[in-house]
Amino acid sequence: MQFGLFTVGDVTTDPTTGRTPSEAERIKSMVAIAFKAEEVGLDVFATGEHHNPPFVPSSPTTMLGYIAARTEKLILSTATTLITTNDPVKIAEDFAMLQHLADGRVDLMLGRGNTGPVYPWFGKDIRDGIDLAIENYHLLHRLWREDVVDWEGRFRTPLHSFTSTPRPLDGKPPFVWHGSIRSPEIAEQAAHYGDGFFANNIFWPKEHFQRLIELYRQRFEHYGHGSADQAIVGLGGHVFMRKNSQDAVREFRPYFDKAPVYGHGPSLEEFTEQTPLTVGSPQEVIDKTLTFREYFGDYQRQLFLLDHAGLPLKTVLEQLDILGEEVLPVLRREFAALRPAHVPAGPVR
Amino acid sequence: MTTIAVVSAGLSERSSTRLLAGKLASAVQDSLPHKASVEMVDLREHAHDVINALLTGVPTGALGGLVRTVADADALIAVTPVFNASYSGLFKSFFDILETDSLAGKHVLMGATGGTERHSLVLEHALRPMFAYLRAVVVPTAVYAATSDWGGASGLEKRIALAGKELADLLAHRAPSAKPDRYANVTPFAELLGGLRK
Repeated sequence: MQFGLFTVGDVTTDPTTGRTPSEAERIKSMVAIAFKAEEVGLDVFATGEHHNPPFVPSSPTTMLGYIAARTEKLILSTATTLITTNDPVKIAEDFAMLQHLADGRVDLMLGRGNTGPVYPWFGKDIRDGIDLAIENYHLLHRLWREDVVDWEGRFRTPLHSFTSTPRPLDGKPPFVWHGSIRSPEIAEQAAHYGDGFFANNIFWPKEHFQRLIELYRQRFEHYGHGSADQAIVGLGGHVFMRKNSQDAVREFRPYFDKAPVYGHGPSLEEFTEQTPLTVGSPQEVIDKTLTFREYFGDYQRQLFLLDHAGLPLKTVLEQLDILGEEVLPVLRREFAALRPAHVPAGPVR
Repeated sequence: MTTIAVVSAGLSERSSTRLLAGKLASAVQDSLPHKASVEMVDLREHAHDVINALLTGVPTGALGGLVRTVADADALIAVTPVFNASYSGLFKSFFDILETDSLAGKHVLMGATGGTERHSLVLEHALRPMFAYLRAVVVPTAVYAATSDWGGASGLEKRIALAGKELADLLAHRAPSAKPDRYANVTPFAELLGGLRK
């Protein structure tokens, strides 16, 4: 099983100091966090893609290429790459290029994006979201597997005798995850191709995701890629840890209360009870993460959100130390012991 | 069995809004030829969860279940107090967090309460357009109860009985609605892709 980080890349004022990092600082922090992720033994670093402030990562493969040059084992990924508003040809090229530079340590997670204005800014319509995801990935899938592609579709200029370069490293395209929080169509798409399905469960009660993941597993089997329990599932997680639970709550509360996504809404206590957010001791993080397997079955990738809501870099690096020293070894051991032999340990390119 | 969800946005305990909602539910049951199960949703008890859901998109607490109760019901009775010439903010907020198309084709009976009779057209000018937008099928009689209606011969009981019968008649002539299951009936991939080729 793989463990890693996913980052949104928000520039947020630290509510405890009133200080707002510059874009340069935030970008450098993100790569520092990636280096640290490798140092503490995590497997994956995944960056978001956004085209509006207060988010900085608009150009994921540029950032991941830089990280690739200064790491050796870390898998470089995204959460998510916008399959709706990016040109699938450019995705094919950018990630194949990254594969070569990173010696294959690359995969990506496709998502639709839920920021309305981004669609018209890139000449698209959010109401076509599902159709764009289906058609664009159909083309992307072909570009990586067929040397010469002829293509006509609804959303893109036709291609005649087109070859996407560079070709995927060793002829093997990057592994693809399809991320969705509410669309059965995307679970169906992932199942059809035998790709991974990532359910970013961090904001929603689990019952909803149980149904979505179960649908993906059943359809994965239906399309002949293996049994339902062999389908490739990824999940999100969201933690803040200190040795003592009370210290974690005291330190994190001001960040929680003003966080862009859930701030000024539910209390920290309500949110931790009803979503995967854990604010507490390393043992509490271990216990909660292990429950994901009970709800969703054996899964292959666990990504944690650590760096958001204005938390300073120093704090995030401390979180990574705790994760690497106290949480990761136990989770690796426990998940490995529970996983049946026929279930894959991770995605296979 | 036929299920009826009753949403009351009354703010005080034992509010007249809740009282009217209960009476409307009884009137529907009295006119139905068969038994129906009634699920009461008192928004007051879930007001914080409603605001949280607006802010985060997460239906916390019991709210997730209530949203499903309303979406799955065969009919809805919706009653709000009148605030500032319209439905209350809590009433509107609850309908704002329902999933798209939750009320499409659903039979709805509307009620409202207020201090004086002067606000009675709120039902026609505020609630009916909202439910029309949500593509609900609203019965012709909507029931408004002013404070003074609760005493004397105001005809309130008659209006409640008439509205209840209208909803019951609609329900009696249709089988309990099949609940579409987005997860059980996913569009097969070939169709998703094929649809783009046309």
